[in-house]
Amino acid sequence: MTEPRVIVCAGPGGVGKTTASAALALQGAQRGLHACVVTIDPARRLASTLGVDGLGNEPHLVSSVGGGGQLWALMLDTQGTFDQLVRRYATSPGQAEAILRNRIYRNIAGALSGAQEYMAVEKLYELQEDGRFELIVVDTPPAQHALDFLEAPGRLVRLLDNRVFRLLMAPTRAGAHVLGLGAQLLLRTVAKVAGGQVVSDTVEFFGNFEGMEEGFRARAERANALLRSPQTSFVLVCSPRADAVEEALQLVPRLQSVGAPVRTIIVNRSYPRFANAPEAPSAPPPLGDLVANLRQLGQVAASEDAEVARLASALPGAKLCRVPLLAQEPSDLSALAEVASYLG
Amino acid sequence: MEPLALLSQSKVLVVTGKGGTGKTTVCGVIANLAAQCGLHVLVLQVGEGPSDGALARPSQLARLFGQEAAIGWEATALAWVPNGGRVEARLLQPDVALVEYLHLHGMRRLSRRLVSSGALDVVATAVPGMPDLLVLGKVKQVERAAAARRPGAPDLIVLDAPAAGHAVRFLQSPHGLLDAVAGGPVRSQAEEVVSMLSDPARCQVVMVTLPEETPVTETIETAYLIEDRVGAHLGPVIVNGRLPRLELAGSLTPEAVRAVADRSGVVLSGPQLADLCAAGRLRARRQEAQAEQVARLGQSLALPQLELPFCFNASLGPPELGTLTQSLAQGIAGLSLAAP
Ligand SMILES: Nc1ncnc2c1ncn2[C@@H]1O[C@H](COP(=O)(O)OP(=O)(O)OP(=O)(O)O)[C@@H](O)[C@H]1O
Ligand SMILES: Nc1ncnc2c1ncn2[C@@H]1O[C@H](COP(=O)(O)OP(=O)(O)OP(=O)(O)O)[C@@H](O)[C@H]1O
Ligand SMILES: [Mg+2]
Ligand SMILES: [Mg+2]
Repeated sequence: MTEPRVIVCAGPGGVGKTTASAALALQGAQRGLHACVVTIDPARRLASTLGVDGLGNEPHLVSSVGGGGQLWALMLDTQGTFDQLVRRYATSPGQAEAILRNRIYRNIAGALSGAQEYMAVEKLYELQEDGRFELIVVDTPPAQHALDFLEAPGRLVRLLDNRVFRLLMAPTRAGAHVLGLGAQLLLRTVAKVAGGQVVSDTVEFFGNFEGMEEGFRARAERANALLRSPQTSFVLVCSPRADAVEEALQLVPRLQSVGAPVRTIIVNRSYPRFANAPEAPSAPPPLGDLVANLRQLGQVAASEDAEVARLASALPGAKLCRVPLLAQEPSDLSALAEVASYLG
Repeated sequence: MEPLALLSQSKVLVVTGKGGTGKTTVCGVIANLAAQCGLHVLVLQVGEGPSDGALARPSQLARLFGQEAAIGWEATALAWVPNGGRVEARLLQPDVALVEYLHLHGMRRLSRRLVSSGALDVVATAVPGMPDLLVLGKVKQVERAAAARRPGAPDLIVLDAPAAGHAVRFLQSPHGLLDAVAGGPVRSQAEEVVSMLSDPARCQVVMVTLPEETPVTETIETAYLIEDRVGAHLGPVIVNGRLPRLELAGSLTPEAVRAVADRSGVVLSGPQLADLCAAGRLRARRQEAQAEQVARLGQSLALPQLELPFCFNASLGPPELGTLTQSLAQGIAGLSLAAP
């Protein structure tokens, strides 16, 4: 089995990351690959675009494309993925149940910063182990979180390594009487702020993790390595607007510094370039409005070109694809194929 | 209705919507209009990450006002109006809010260490919704100062909230904490935030959407969640990026357009003729699709709508801010006076 190619789509909010990831997976399928897109799209719109009722946490075959290619999709369920992970690494079914029942654990998916990103990485790791796929495309939450995505496995390791975490684990390990002064002070502070119940829930929760950290840690490190391996490439999805470009420009050096160079930029929703508007002061309808329209669209397109140039010059080696603004939102497979046709 | 009447209904306007629909822009436009009405406005932006690095971000909001300032925890002035109105902005980061909170509660010595050791992650995990509550608690503190007309306190607070999906979780965080925490300062903080969020005289939620299918669908879903789960009052919906209407109905064939051009003495090259038609068709289809979505929004949500036009520029600055502010004022003037 050869290792699958992995593409991670990152970029600012609302620019078309979900659309682009589905289009990239479709393109892979059109080229004869077994491709799977992992989407994070709470609006569930992607499911309807793909023509399936709903997407679950497991890959679902969307369509078989000519030439042996297949398009698969799944929608990330953060809590479900976390639960699976707990079951996998629990030393006994009893331990898994105790953790899954814990009140704090029930909130962890929404509470631990970066939990969604971490579970996306986890899912990615699981899919590449799965062996059925030659191409895996991962959608990510908006830019502020794009780094969370890369840092998520590391963050969990850090959380497990955290001194405070160790202190919280200590009471069940060694009995509360040997708790150091620092730990006691800390627990008292947390209790003062959040109430004693929180402290005992927390101690129980972390205590239940006893024996599981190693498994979690090792897996997080393998997922981390996958993200940084040559089989993984990053696609920067952006819109041709100043604010999105600004956000993307912040993201680029940070992606590079963590070993995730961007080789492709997709600029989505560009206004098409039209001919220059003719001189036609006060032409009769519909000519007057047609000329006004050409002038207005020409103005946006020109200002967009300037923004795209800024982005391109920050990433000189990267391939640039521009997807025009379509008259309608892509809402079925053929519209998605149209988007894919611009992806080179 | 007078803009000032709408803008004085509540002290806090929470602006939310799907990612990229224009929340930050709309915050700037509302703030600018309120300042023109003579109000002192404070825009609060929610920082999601840790505070380091956030300061280096060039601020989109500042650029809208023609400034290059970075916005941080301390207030930055963005605009002054001769009538006394002004706009300021601050970025609220949960970790800075935690340090401040601990200081105010006599835990000064511990606070730095708690944050620098990464304990915020642990506390956030132990107390779900804690970072969100810290930010909302800070909003409430500013709101109380505003209500008491303390010196330096703003007349209006505009909160640039997280995107729609996250917004419900964000605004729901104090409710979640009430279930999880039996006592202590966190609980009372959560109770106070809940009472602010559910009092229309103190707080309203303004949703921003684009006149497109997905954002409209998400707006409708989020609106119900905000009413049911957060118990907050919804103000008008802002429909942003509406294409100014051009009369492009009827036949856009090259022959028909050529005939009109010939009659009125306009000289058209071949590519110009083709592109007048192609661009016209794109515009007509988008206008039509937008009209459909606006109608659907109106049928599904019984909330007044305020439209802001699409600006034909990839980079928004003071000229666009002026245009959008004027449109908002006109839109509000056209609303009938209805009590919340
Ligand atoms: N080329 C296009 N032309 C027209 N509409 C498009 C195009 N690409 C995407 N869209 C529409 O733009 C909206 C945003 O796209 P999408 O949901 O893929 O963005 P996203 O980056 O995943 O957003 P989020 O950050 O909220 O997850 C959707 O309504 C989508 O249908
Ligand atoms: N009326 C408008 N006309 C043209 N462009 C607009 C308009 N409103 C907003 N924009 C542009 O659309 C983009 C998204 O707007 P903005 O950043 O305000 O949205 P947001 O909801 O705050 O996004 P995010 O979810 O990323 O915080 C920006 O580039 C902005 O300049
Ligand atoms: Mg998306
Ligand atoms: Mg914003």
